[in-house]
Amino acid sequence: MTAMIDMQDARADIVKDAPNYKMIAENVSVFYDGIQAVKNVTMKFREKSVTSLIGPSGCGKTTFLRCLNRMHDMTKNARVEGRILLDGQDLYSKDVDPIYHRRKVGMVFQKPNPFPTMSIYDNVAAGLRLNGVKDRKILDEIVEDSLRMSYIWDEVKDNLRKPAMELSGGQQQRVCIARALAIQPEVLLMDEPASALDPIATQKIEETITELAKEFTIIIVTHNMQQAVRVSNYTAFMYLGELIEFDETKKIFTQPRNELTAKYVKGQFG
Amino acid sequence: MLTNKKGERRFSSDKIFKIAATVSGVYVLVIIALMVFQLYFESHAVWEREGLDFLIGSSWNAVEGRESFGAAPYILGTLVTALLAMAIGVPLSIGIAMFISQAPKFLAVPLGMLVDLLAAVPSIIYGFWGIFVFRQFLLDFVEYPLYDALGENSWIFLSAPFGLDIFTASIILAIMIIPTISAVSREIMMAVPHQQKEAAYMLGATRWEMFRISIFPYAKTGLIGAAILGLGRAVGETMAVTMLIGNATGPGAFPQSLFQPGQTMSSIIANEFIEASPASLHLPALIGVGLILLLVAICINVVAHILVSRMLKVKEGVVNA
Amino acid sequence: MMASTQKRAEYRLLFKQNVKRRLLINKIALGAVFCCVVLALIPLVSILFEVFENGLSALSVEFLTQPPGAIGSGEGGIGPAIQGTMIIIGMSSLIGVPIGIMSGIYLAEFGDNRLGRTIRFFNDVFMEFPSIVLGIFAFLTIVLLLGHFTLWAGAFALSLIMFPIVARTTEESLKLVPLTYREAGLAIGLKKWVVTVRIVLSAAKSGMITGILLAVARIGGETAPLIMTVLGSSQFFAGLDSPMDALPLRIWRLSLLPYDSAQAQGWGAAVVLIIIILAVNMGVRYYFATRKRKGLLSKLLGGYRK
Ligand SMILES: Nc1ncnc2c1ncn2[C@@H]1O[C@H](COP(=O)(O)OP(=O)(O)OP(=O)(O)O)[C@@H](O)[C@H]1O
Ligand SMILES: [Mg+2]
Repeated sequence: MTAMIDMQDARADIVKDAPNYKMIAENVSVFYDGIQAVKNVTMKFREKSVTSLIGPSGCGKTTFLRCLNRMHDMTKNARVEGRILLDGQDLYSKDVDPIYHRRKVGMVFQKPNPFPTMSIYDNVAAGLRLNGVKDRKILDEIVEDSLRMSYIWDEVKDNLRKPAMELSGGQQQRVCIARALAIQPEVLLMDEPASALDPIATQKIEETITELAKEFTIIIVTHNMQQAVRVSNYTAFMYLGELIEFDETKKIFTQPRNELTAKYVKGQFG
Repeated sequence: MLTNKKGERRFSSDKIFKIAATVSGVYVLVIIALMVFQLYFESHAVWEREGLDFLIGSSWNAVEGRESFGAAPYILGTLVTALLAMAIGVPLSIGIAMFISQAPKFLAVPLGMLVDLLAAVPSIIYGFWGIFVFRQFLLDFVEYPLYDALGENSWIFLSAPFGLDIFTASIILAIMIIPTISAVSREIMMAVPHQQKEAAYMLGATRWEMFRISIFPYAKTGLIGAAILGLGRAVGETMAVTMLIGNATGPGAFPQSLFQPGQTMSSIIANEFIEASPASLHLPALIGVGLILLLVAICINVVAHILVSRMLKVKEGVVNA
Repeated sequence: MMASTQKRAEYRLLFKQNVKRRLLINKIALGAVFCCVVLALIPLVSILFEVFENGLSALSVEFLTQPPGAIGSGEGGIGPAIQGTMIIIGMSSLIGVPIGIMSGIYLAEFGDNRLGRTIRFFNDVFMEFPSIVLGIFAFLTIVLLLGHFTLWAGAFALSLIMFPIVARTTEESLKLVPLTYREAGLAIGLKKWVVTVRIVLSAAKSGMITGILLAVARIGGETAPLIMTVLGSSQFFAGLDSPMDALPLRIWRLSLLPYDSAQAQGWGAAVVLIIIILAVNMGVRYYFATRKRKGLLSKLLGGYRK
């Protein structure tokens, strides 16, 4: 009885909370071939904040992140349970096609994946063209702006027509970030965006993230604790598919409530 | 001493085994070379006699003393039927491959099997079905309507349809190459890395747009290879075409309208090879046609395999073609 | 340097509200794709339906065992054709299987070099050669060389279709055998060829049998190369130097006759042929499906070969 009332309360809470948060994930579970990889994760993301997801390899960070963009729709062996609200609207509602949401939620993947047959310019412009932007001048403007935001403009401005595949891995990743930014998303999901970058590019990307946080809601997966401390307002620690602790970054790293979290952020995991 | 002896023996029996395997491996190269040489050697009489006319001439007369052979109508017949089959078969096959590559497993697996089944049905059965079932259907529902509507104004559909013509043969060919092209295209599409598709979806692409901006550009070479592979099949296909194309000979076999009987390189060989006397030029002429067919097939398939294998190697372990 | 928040909001306004249209185009495209599938399945369904519908009623013990009656009489059967198809398959396998297996062993064990890659490539290309040209080649090589007719020409022609298939399936199934098997054999001092043959005979067996069966299914329906090498006949097998019948040849001949009875017999022969071929084909697939070795099967089928 009490449990049921609690749950109802929780529901009511979420609906009441909706205006305060950009995105809410409620009791999200993900199964691969029936095996649970994410277990009942509930998280709320404030507008214009940066949230870091940390945790050991294989703990389900990528898997959870992909739910926020309905990327699992395409994975034939994956099943998602639970509810995810974006601006108070159910992401997994049957009445709304996911492409409405995906326009609002940009994603940068763990491995750079530019379209290999397209030039740098066309890669960044691909999403704009889908959205019916044809005006050359506007395309040029947004492409440049996006490439600047991802700190690669100076490196590629003279050969925008070059195939994106001819760039280095780190450069490709930044083009992918630009590609995601070009569609002017409101939420940006980044899966270890800096893992293929050198320290200088990493630093610049971090600056971008801080800059973007003034108007985007950013959720970033990272293995780099310093990075989490530097860029994020909130940090979530995941372990074996469960959300162990989710709090302000400062608290997570200075006075974690959970023993596992403490061990992990101190680097004593093993 | 003993080990030395043993070592030598091991060396020799392994050596023999390796030689036997190598010889069997090289066999295919020898056969191909021998084939080209043999066909040329046995047809050189007709090349000597007709020269270039064998390629561009159109008379086909086997009467002794007035022998004259030109293969142009059959070469053209092969090209026209094969290209028409491609025009119909390639889009259909790509569509099937798209469906199967996207469908959930419970649909994709049986559908893939059905398409494979279509590939396993022998040519002769396509031909038999073509004559006794499909021909009438085509006549009633496609050829006559087309002829009535367009026949007077366009040369393509001129001449009253009879059902045993270039059109029917091409459609049968299209049906027959669909399994090949769709099976290869499916492999090619599935070899496109997941991350590519996700990149498109991330931008808010619909499924169709995902194909357009992600799969098609990535898989283009391979898909062209698949289509060319189908072209190779269409060019070499014999029985169904022989049974349905109407078998015209000489200048009359020039493809003029689609509703006219025609002849392909393979069908003229199937029709006339047994009757041809080895003493006359008739047999060398048919062997010459075979040589042209062989060279065309080799070129087409070499190109197709280069394109397809380049693409499929991308995803390790799918096909080691 | 970076666009302002306001600017960005402006950009968003520039995006066309075209999602409905795009979703409609998507639906149309996917509908067209589905139509392709339906269109392609119609002939298949029609062929299977017609062959079984018309063919099964023609079947009888007499039809399956007797030689053809007088032309147009509708009497007799396809006994010699069934027998001939079995004989020619047996003879072709006699040539094609050993060469194919040895060639596959070469490709798997010694083929990791330039020659090996060349052979593999031309092996694949050779698989697509027009079968009628193989028939001409076999005729020229065997009949003209020996100076007299022999069924070995037909067997040789079909073996040329067979061996590349067997070679590639053998290669693939050998490659699937874990290296440790080989190392274990070599470690206890066995010769390399003994180890290989052992592996061929045990671990890779099912893969190779698949290849052989698929090749048999393929040549069982081949007609074109038999036209000039087996010729066709109305009699039972009468020695290697006289013409023989085969199911595809019989179907062809019956299709050329203007009698309804011939057509009925043709359907009968067609159903026998298709049952043989589909049984072999489906049998192989079923065997692999039930044993959860689909990955192996698709490898063996080379992904895009019959
Ligand atoms: N497509 C899939 N099919 C089956 N299992 C999967 C799939 N993707 C991930 N998994 C499993 O789900 C679990 C979580 O994987 P996930 O990729 O989310 O981890 P992660 O936290 O992102 O790790 P990393 O830091 O190494 O990127 C892992 O155990 C993984 O093996
Ligand atoms: Mg990850």
